[in-house]
Amino acid sequence: MASVPAVLNSEWTKIRTVSSTTWTLICAFAVTVAMSAALCALLNATFDDLSEAEQATFDPTLVSFSGTVLGQLAMVVFGVLVVGTEYSSGMIRTSLAAVPQRGTLLFSKITVAGVLALVVGLLTSFVSFFLGQALLGDRGTDLGADNVLRAVVGAGLYMGLIAIFSMGVTAMLRSSMLSLGILVPFFFLISQILIAVPYAKDVARYFPDQAGSKIMQVVPEAMGSDPSPYGPWAGLGIMVAWVVAAVLGGYLVLKNRDA
Amino acid sequence: MIELEGLTKRFGSKVAVDHLTCQVRPGMVTGFLGPNGAGKSTTMRMMLDLDNPTSGTVRIDGKHYHELQEPLKYIGALLDAKSMHGGRSAYNNLLCLAQSNRIPSSRVDEVLDTVGLSGVAKKKSKGFSLGMGQRLGIASALLGDPEILMFDEPVNGLDPEGIHWIRNLMKALAAEGRTIFVSSHLMSEMALTADHLIVIGQGRLLADTSMADFIHENSRSYVRLRSPQQERLRDVLHQEGFTAVEADGGTLEIDGATTEELGELAARHQVVLHELSSQRASLEEAFMQMTAGSVEYHAHSGPGGAEPPPTVGAGWGEGWQQPGGTAAPGTTAPGTTTPGSVDGTENKGA
Repeated sequence: MASVPAVLNSEWTKIRTVSSTTWTLICAFAVTVAMSAALCALLNATFDDLSEAEQATFDPTLVSFSGTVLGQLAMVVFGVLVVGTEYSSGMIRTSLAAVPQRGTLLFSKITVAGVLALVVGLLTSFVSFFLGQALLGDRGTDLGADNVLRAVVGAGLYMGLIAIFSMGVTAMLRSSMLSLGILVPFFFLISQILIAVPYAKDVARYFPDQAGSKIMQVVPEAMGSDPSPYGPWAGLGIMVAWVVAAVLGGYLVLKNRDA
Repeated sequence: MIELEGLTKRFGSKVAVDHLTCQVRPGMVTGFLGPNGAGKSTTMRMMLDLDNPTSGTVRIDGKHYHELQEPLKYIGALLDAKSMHGGRSAYNNLLCLAQSNRIPSSRVDEVLDTVGLSGVAKKKSKGFSLGMGQRLGIASALLGDPEILMFDEPVNGLDPEGIHWIRNLMKALAAEGRTIFVSSHLMSEMALTADHLIVIGQGRLLADTSMADFIHENSRSYVRLRSPQQERLRDVLHQEGFTAVEADGGTLEIDGATTEELGELAARHQVVLHELSSQRASLEEAFMQMTAGSVEYHAHSGPGGAEPPPTVGAGWGEGWQQPGGTAAPGTTAPGTTTPGSVDGTENKGA
């Protein structure tokens, strides 16, 4: 059997020796932090224009993660490319000839890429949080307040889990283009639209991104949002279930299909 | 030693490989020959566990591929030139493979040097030409210093110098006692490199024989005669018990006779000859005859039937023999005369 540390080492070399890793992760960090900071500054300046309900449930922690909606797309691209380029380049055959234990290969790749995405996600969430609170001034909060640390760590986990979910989906679809064509519109449009539509939202709130993002809220029903049937940790649990299903699906496809 | 036993692969209702049973032995180059679509690449992918066989097994030194510890140290394979990540440098592409099988990174420099890519080791592989990609693929096959090497159509797209290099490399590796398994659809190429031959057509085994036997059995030699007095020549040949077959351009072909016999015969009967030459059918022709019934994709000309296989021997087949390559016996293309037989020199007038 292939030695797992050796395969992890090899997967780490694969990730650090392509430029797409660097630019997608920098993008995820920069877009999230910049957009969150801009929205914090904007809301601070226009606070009095917010509706009464929004003012009452103002959640400074959640506001400092507003950029995640856009920044998560870079995480999707990172996850898709990590797995998808094996197929588009034909490298998958060379990789499987070197490591014929397909589970070892896929799980090593997802472990290395997933840990990297989680680290970058956590870095992004902490920077985004502190910068956002600085811009919110008096309306801001701090890490010591109730549930705030949970939300900040959760925002980082959310970013990492989005990347791992994308890796699983790409392993199932075996194509970067197809995966991007499905995941990007799904997270950026479909999920965002359906969550605002009556009745559809009852389903959409169980989508991985909608359920997972609940962890970023400190104030229940933050910013005048609907009450949710699950709490922050249960929401993250729903997202983890999606991620596990995607990765398992990817493993079954890789295990059974001809390369 | 690689053993294939009843190896079968079906894609839907189409049988790509049909109960293939054969062995690839160490210490020699085994040629794996078949027309396009015969199932060569599918067979090779099944040997590496990339495709799952519908039935049958492949054993490498008695083990399944996925049971091998660090398989690159047992078996190295070149499947197709573009199986590396283009955005990664040649060195890094090989480094990830080396690390997965715990091969020291110093070995990466060694194999890059062996294939002559040291100068471009840090360049991204997407800028590589087909020939450089092929060399990079061969470097990856050599990485674990394996006892068994598999090359799928290694000379495709290579220039004469590259073809010569690969041919010598395979021979050198076989001489070190390694098992070399190389596929090709070019008989002429195999005749120069392979010691043993496995021929398949439509996934079925057509021949499993040594190269020497194949040449001996399949290179028909005959004498070609051309004469302005063709009718008289035929009568004379008939009287003397030779069977003459009329061929293109009014020539006669006689099996089982020597130029000496026929020249002297013509002189005795005072028949004018314009051509007297000994000919040998090429192995390419023998190969095409063998696989004629099983060619997957025929080119059609005009309404109806398939075009007969074209005469090979022209085209690039000649060019690559020049840089140092020595033609093996029996590869002479039809239409070329062997040295010693000269046109019309044995004409003897009345």
